[in-house]
Amino acid sequence: MTTSSNADPLSARPFTSAQYAICLGGVVWREALRFLHQRERFVSALVRPLVWLFIFAAGFRSVLGISIIPPYETYVLYEVYITPGLMAMIQLFNGMQSSLSMVYDREMGNMRTLLVSPFPRWFLLGAKLFAGVAVSILQVYAYLVIAFFWEIEPPTKWGYVTVLPALALVGLMLGALGMLLSSLIKQLENFAGVMNFVIFPMFFASSALYPLWRVKEASPWLYYACSINPFTHAVELIRFAFYQKIAWDSLAALLAYTSLFLFGAIRAYDPAKGLLTRKGG
Amino acid sequence: MTDSPPALAVKRLSHSYGSRKALDDVSFNVERGCFAALLGLNGAGKSTLFSLVTGLYAARGGATSGGAARNIGGATSGGAARNIGGATSGGAARNIGGATSGGAARNIGGATSGGAARNIGGAVEIFGFDIANDPGQALRRLGVVFQARTLDLELSVMQNLLYHAALHGIGPVEGRRLAEAALARAGLADRAGDKARDLSGGQMRRVEIARALLHGPRLLLLDEPTVGLDIKARADILAHVRDLVRREGLAVLWTTHLIDEIEPCDQVVVLHRGRALANGVAAEIVAARGAAGIGEAFERLTAAEEG
Repeated sequence: MTTSSNADPLSARPFTSAQYAICLGGVVWREALRFLHQRERFVSALVRPLVWLFIFAAGFRSVLGISIIPPYETYVLYEVYITPGLMAMIQLFNGMQSSLSMVYDREMGNMRTLLVSPFPRWFLLGAKLFAGVAVSILQVYAYLVIAFFWEIEPPTKWGYVTVLPALALVGLMLGALGMLLSSLIKQLENFAGVMNFVIFPMFFASSALYPLWRVKEASPWLYYACSINPFTHAVELIRFAFYQKIAWDSLAALLAYTSLFLFGAIRAYDPAKGLLTRKGG
Repeated sequence: MTDSPPALAVKRLSHSYGSRKALDDVSFNVERGCFAALLGLNGAGKSTLFSLVTGLYAARGGATSGGAARNIGGATSGGAARNIGGATSGGAARNIGGATSGGAARNIGGATSGGAARNIGGAVEIFGFDIANDPGQALRRLGVVFQARTLDLELSVMQNLLYHAALHGIGPVEGRRLAEAALARAGLADRAGDKARDLSGGQMRRVEIARALLHGPRLLLLDEPTVGLDIKARADILAHVRDLVRREGLAVLWTTHLIDEIEPCDQVVVLHRGRALANGVAAEIVAARGAAGIGEAFERLTAAEEG
């Protein structure tokens, strides 16, 4: 009845680092292929901040006066002020979109294909996160190219380089948040809820559109909420990095938030403790 | 440990979603080179069992000592008994009768340790590797075909297979070689460049089976693989998998609610409301119930459980 030998056909050796690299490469490669197949996603990711830049910022230019605040050394146009916020917005949408795709993946079973890989689960989730961050950075630079022709650019060309690590950290933080949310959302329809309860509050209660001292004038409570909002720190880190400076307090806050969200996401997908167990999905 | 461990050992597995008990003390083995069917209606606990075996949820309880060791002898019956060793084979043979008599099955394990109050517990071992303690080694030896379609529809068949290869640490060159061999075996060698979207339902299933076997596992798990297929594609997939068992000595756990997919010589585990009501060779289960066929035996088993 059986023709198999009893010998174990597979080696019990652990994976080599080259095999880890292959796995990471495969996950990034798939994400890139999917991205290429969804051109409309790329276009809409680009159009969204451009609408804010060309319409909203142009309209508000005369309404909102921005005083000289760091890292700016002169008065800046409103378009210049909101550009870091819009860069972070691209990453915010991207992070939430990849969380949507993870919910979708889970419903469609692709997430399960990923999770039956023999690599450790933290590594698989990390690879998925890394791939998402790479895609979001690509989108931010596409936006910066267009902004450049609108005469929005860093004081020196080095700003384009120094902003990269900031974008990587912000992408990681937002991706981890998205991943954590994806483990909490059971159904696709709930993504509308993510828009209402995550994206909009995070974006508006931050320093993306107005400096926080202005918020403080209006409401100290709102100011308090803004100053603990991880998105505020994301925007400020990008704003300073674009001007070749480091916002240390924002960096510290972002590192803390990133570790918190990462820990939560990995725990949520941990088979032993995970929320998946309780929900049965 | 006497000789080599079975392809799959499910040991006293229990699982609850809140207060709802999805699995209650389920034990069975799938021996190497055997086709085993997990038969149950929708809601019987098949999907939960599947999630536990694939490590999506953890099967963790630790309370598998003692009782579990005896359980290997007790709960696995039919063809399984022959591999356990001379000492227990006599008892196991008797057990076929015992295990199939309705509620008795549940007591095999329960009587040995009295851990009935446990909600989540038990263990799953794949070729002796515990899925909770050593998921890396266990998952390397396991191929899985999920009930939901899991191919990336926008990508080509080859791209789908290469992605899977990468997830098992197999690089693109070796991955392509394995993928071509796997597709040839599935009779789809000429479809490698096609988008997955352009395949028929039956062809997608074949690709999914080819993908699950790409990394060379000796145990294949299929969760209701024929759902949504027409009659011809259904028969085709079933024949394909049976052929793999016969020719390549693969161990298969085939989850289904369709009685006509089971042949008399198959090992069958009957799952009903989270409990394994019977476990043995289909023909022997039928004979023990005095039924005319597996369908009638299934009805009698579940009726006895409810009555």
